[in-house]
Amino acid sequence: MNLFASSPIVTREIAAVVASYLRLGDTVVLAGEMGAGKTQLAQGICTALGVTDPVTSPTFNLVHSYAGNDATVYHADLYRLKNTDEIADLALEEFSQQGGIVLIEWGDVGDDIIGEHLEIRISLGEEDEARDIEIRAVGKRWELRWPRLVSATKSFASTDAEWDDL
Amino acid sequence: MHIDNSTVVLGIESSCDETAAAIVMGGNDVLSSVVSSQIDIHAKFGGVVPEVASRAHLELIQPVINEAIQLAGIGAERINAVATTIGPGLIGALLVGVSAGKAMAYGLDVPFIGVNHLEAHLYAALLEEPHLPFPSVVLLVSGGNTLLIHMTAPGEYSLLGATIDDAAGEAFDKIARFLDIGYPGGPAIDAAAQKGDPKSIEFPRAMLHDGLDFSFSGLKTSVINYVRKNPGVSSNDVAASFQYAVVDVLVAKTLKAAQQVDAKSIVLGGGVAANSLLRSEMQRVGKGAGFHVALPSKAMCTDNAAMIASAGWYRLRDHGPSGLDIGAIPHLSLTGSTVRGNRGERK
Repeated sequence: MNLFASSPIVTREIAAVVASYLRLGDTVVLAGEMGAGKTQLAQGICTALGVTDPVTSPTFNLVHSYAGNDATVYHADLYRLKNTDEIADLALEEFSQQGGIVLIEWGDVGDDIIGEHLEIRISLGEEDEARDIEIRAVGKRWELRWPRLVSATKSFASTDAEWDDL
Repeated sequence: MHIDNSTVVLGIESSCDETAAAIVMGGNDVLSSVVSSQIDIHAKFGGVVPEVASRAHLELIQPVINEAIQLAGIGAERINAVATTIGPGLIGALLVGVSAGKAMAYGLDVPFIGVNHLEAHLYAALLEEPHLPFPSVVLLVSGGNTLLIHMTAPGEYSLLGATIDDAAGEAFDKIARFLDIGYPGGPAIDAAAQKGDPKSIEFPRAMLHDGLDFSFSGLKTSVINYVRKNPGVSSNDVAASFQYAVVDVLVAKTLKAAQQVDAKSIVLGGGVAANSLLRSEMQRVGKGAGFHVALPSKAMCTDNAAMIASAGWYRLRDHGPSGLDIGAIPHLSLTGSTVRGNRGERK
């Protein structure tokens, strides 16, 4: 589905709605070009999950972890990694299998490497502050929640929401 | 155990990209300092240059330790203690150093000291300037960190400010990649900026007047927006103006911090401390305001194990060794718990 955020505040509101549908063990891929607002989305999701520590960019440290209300939130950035072996070395799957919630920032996503996940793709809009946000679910894990997420984000929709990718 | 100027500490560092080992005597006499990226690994060991993979650290750790011992011209039996980075960093990478360090300590029957990587950066300046006047304000600025620290004596410090989003070094790297002017980003921006006009574009100075925290994410986005709207702009002018905006904020906040805590000296640390404009501006502005400004060499600013050995010596002298049951702590903060939870706390 395609959403529209007129400002960083709206981007965070959308992130908060998505966060309210997250379950322990979920993985969310935050896709988009540099400067589009991937960290902004991560900050919005983390805040909604009850993280009180400042959420800073994990680009150089690769993975940050935060204590949320019900789960540990892992925030990773694959920007510096060169190949799938290096991604495997981060053991992100283990974090989700242990009941954490994993947020992965990545400009260009390969579904086969990440497994079941929710993808939020953010891109620069016409105006400086505006962003286009496209959300899709990969895998069965989101089947039951997807319609509810679609209706919960309806007020942000830029075109008619579709029940795609399921 | 008696700790004095003849106590020899082996330092081991593997928290991020570098595998490093060093031998330091008496806290600040560096007998050797080996950093994997600086030696010809391919020729010597036929291995890979370490990236982020713990596998690469694993292949390099023993050769690097051996090289450090050999270069120091001592036998392994002369080592009195082993200091190793236990955090913050990547768990897989940290574990390689911690396991090697513990094994060395156990094998040699000497104390093991777990060292905080961020704390160790504060000792880097002392390695080159043992009589640094305290209290000091340290600007630790790298790819992963942008911190302002109040240091009243070796081992005594508190956090004054930090980035709320991107580290300054990360901004350099990403803008260099965006402008397609080379890698690594820091030196590439530095070089391009020499050929550009730093006042040609007025980029925002985020949070310049709001306390001692930093924000560089907005600057990154504003550079990207500017270049998209002005596709004909000179990359050199963008690099120079961007660098000027970053340095302006770093210097202004450091000076403000130094005045706030009534410091005697200002110290630069971290990879971005190699930036030529940051060095010259910090020197000019800091000196002008009456502070002693310490600019450690590039080798001491960037990740190395000499600072780990040095921090280990002080820690051993003041607090004693760590147990061999201590583990790697990926999210270790400067003050012991979460990085940002202890703002302003005096230790």
